Amino acid sequence: MAWYVGRRLLQMVPVFLGATLLIYAMVFALPGDPIQALGGDRGLNEAVAAQLRAEYNLDKPFFVQYLLYLKGILTLDFGTTFSGREVIDVMGEVFPVTFQLSIMALTFEAVLGITVGLIAGLRKGKLFDATALLVSLVVIAVPIFVIGFVLQFVVGVKLQWLPVTVGGDVTFRTLLMPAIVLGAVSFAYVLRLTRTSVAENLTADFVRTATAKGLSRSRVVNVHVLRNSLIPVVTYLGADLGALMAGAIVTEGIFNIPGVGNTLYRAIQQGQAPTVVSLVTVLVVVYIVANLFVDMLYALLDPRIRYA
Amino acid sequence: MTQTSSTATGAPLRPNGDTPLLQIRDLEVSFSTSTGLVPAVRGADLTIYPGQTVAIVGESGSGKSTTAHAIIDLLPGTGKVTGGSIMFDGTEITSADKKTIVGLRGSQIGLVPQDPMSNLNPVWKIGFQVKEALKANNVASGAAANARVAELLAEAGLPDAERRAKQYPHEFSGGMRQRALIAIGLAARPKLLIADEPTSALDVTVQRQILDHLQGLTEELGTAVLFITHDLGLAAERAEHLVVMYRGKVVESGPARQILAAPRHPYTQRLVASAPSLASRRIQSAKERGVESSELLATTHGDGVSAKRDDVVVVENLTKVFKLRGSRPGASTAFKAVDDVSFSIKRGTTMALVGESGSGKSTVANVILNLLEPTEGTIYFDGVDLGTLDKRKLFEFRRRVQPIFQNPYGSLDPMYSIFRTIEEPLRTHRIGDKKSREARVRELLDMVALPQSTMRRYPNELSGGQRQRIAIARALALEPEVIVCDEAVSALDVLVQAQILTLLNDLQAELGLSYLFITHDLAVVRQIADQVCVMKSGKVVEASTTDEVFDNPREPYTRELLAAIPGADLDVVPAGPEEGLTA
Repeated sequence: MAWYVGRRLLQMVPVFLGATLLIYAMVFALPGDPIQALGGDRGLNEAVAAQLRAEYNLDKPFFVQYLLYLKGILTLDFGTTFSGREVIDVMGEVFPVTFQLSIMALTFEAVLGITVGLIAGLRKGKLFDATALLVSLVVIAVPIFVIGFVLQFVVGVKLQWLPVTVGGDVTFRTLLMPAIVLGAVSFAYVLRLTRTSVAENLTADFVRTATAKGLSRSRVVNVHVLRNSLIPVVTYLGADLGALMAGAIVTEGIFNIPGVGNTLYRAIQQGQAPTVVSLVTVLVVVYIVANLFVDMLYALLDPRIRYA
Repeated sequence: MTQTSSTATGAPLRPNGDTPLLQIRDLEVSFSTSTGLVPAVRGADLTIYPGQTVAIVGESGSGKSTTAHAIIDLLPGTGKVTGGSIMFDGTEITSADKKTIVGLRGSQIGLVPQDPMSNLNPVWKIGFQVKEALKANNVASGAAANARVAELLAEAGLPDAERRAKQYPHEFSGGMRQRALIAIGLAARPKLLIADEPTSALDVTVQRQILDHLQGLTEELGTAVLFITHDLGLAAERAEHLVVMYRGKVVESGPARQILAAPRHPYTQRLVASAPSLASRRIQSAKERGVESSELLATTHGDGVSAKRDDVVVVENLTKVFKLRGSRPGASTAFKAVDDVSFSIKRGTTMALVGESGSGKSTVANVILNLLEPTEGTIYFDGVDLGTLDKRKLFEFRRRVQPIFQNPYGSLDPMYSIFRTIEEPLRTHRIGDKKSREARVRELLDMVALPQSTMRRYPNELSGGQRQRIAIARALALEPEVIVCDEAVSALDVLVQAQILTLLNDLQAELGLSYLFITHDLAVVRQIADQVCVMKSGKVVEASTTDEVFDNPREPYTRELLAAIPGADLDVVPAGPEEGLTA
């Protein structure tokens, strides 16, 4: 196991280097001059622009810029934004917000998806099952921002149960609606995955053996059907955490949440290479770590899996 | 019919005149499908007295497992009891509520299921799964339950039970898992144990050990056993009373020996006739009988050196080593699957490779088929070293050696029509045009005794036996010289098995084919093979002619294998094989 984790952690190095290089190159290739854009319509005078270019290393060739950036990262210096703030401070501000949002979304989709999926799987072919499948299909088919706007209008404006947008006020209550919107599509997938898995395991030989032992129906379902059915679901949920954090861009836009997505979007528009690269790199690392975590969890749930 | 029903209900009264433990009357079970109700059991009768062992015998689809599952209300899918009654110890099961049934399961009626590989939950420890049975039936709980688990596992014949209880199913072999399942089935000391083909997935020697143990255990505990099997020999050996089921009906029932000696129903007669056992002889093809056998004798006893050209396949000092991935990078261990094996197959004869699972026999087959590279040693096909063949010659070689695999459900592409399946090898080898290929497919279907209209059907519309005939037709399409049959009849019911063996034998006489027949079933070997190699742990332990191996086994391992054949010591001489096979 230790060998396996070590190997996986080592694999992160080339992934990290590749990801940063790729993102840096893409930001570099963006059309337009970020320094000129800072000046707006009036334009900057040549001397100031040159000074700014030198300050942000923008006057140097691409590879030199990239290497200087890497060197900075090694000393935890992620550079500064054009407004003069340390990128690391910005990250410290936005990541907790997005992280809270993602965890809430994950909890929502896991609890509700597994519960509904389990009931649907146990009642395969019945009305509940058919309804659940139909609802999940609608959720998957409708674009996420449509769900967002509809909820904003109904729950926020008409019923006034929850605030319409978040703004600077990041609390459990304000994030609740965005979390549901963010987790909606995954909820549908978790539901369907659980349902199929439960229905399949219900007909497994070992479930029949368990019933023949004289176990009650609830014990057969909880002990023998549910745990086995959760193996693929947990795998999906773990991988989804990374996807949720990155996928928050749209949701954060709709609800005006000061998280990673919003900040990243602005930074890309302004061509702020250090900010973009740093944020995306952290997202990549979160994704890899989440995947490693899932694989370990997988071994925990299924004793047949052994990593070597 | 009157005779049948009177014998069916007439289980002999026990000397002490007990009342029956289980009494099934006119049981009817149906499955609802999109096309309506499909009956699976159509009026079955069965009586079991306390402590008695009764066996239900029948082929797959005969309703034997369905009957057994109806007893504990565990019918799969849409199955429902549609008529009749099941009285267990004074309780009517067909009308009992859920709570009563749950109360009966485990504590009154235990189940030992068929496939030990799929019947234990892979994510829970063995001990946990046994303990559940104790807790559910209020036998023991807490620390007492843990101690009892170890006792039960030890009682089922599992060595080092305390440590084993902490392991997971995947750390157990098939035999050990079946012992764990027996421990679960008997955990709450039920009055009736349903053993549903408990050993059909196991090697023949393991099967014997487990059944011996189960028999001793249930006799000691006074448990009645309902034994379900497709193997007549096994049933006769293990049960005092036999019930023969055919197409959902009980066609015959009575004391085991009486049924074997004087089967009354035509189906039972066929079953007795085609049951492979030690008493059977090598099948002779109908028309070449006599002539062929003297020729065979000449070839098998002919001295091998001068008749070198007659050896179509020669295997010399074959060794195959597999590398297994170790626990850390770079650390791999070698596993010798085949260890210095030599034998040869004479043209027009059958060589059987016999052994338990893991003995390396399938690896040998794969090397001969050139699907695996030998680590050491040489294979000569028709005098040519296989290792020297280039790509073109290898293609040519593939045409002359064809395989037939074990599972006729897995070896045919479900998306291919039967015509396409059989035509594919012809197309691959660019033989003939569209018209001549179609004529050849028709000819091949005739050869394997299937109607030509089968061409337009798909594998899922055919039975197991029909599919295996298709697999044979496909193998024959290229007019090969050697056919490698890897457990080609193991997945089939006895009657179908006998038909396929006869077919293979007739084709051999007609086309001069040579077979390499790989099997774990010695009874089948006796029917088809001229020569036998017995393999154990990758080595050939005994090699001789079939008669020699059966009448005069030299190695203790061979004797062990022979002794393990169910029904071996029952002196029932079956009627001539072809009587059973023409049906």
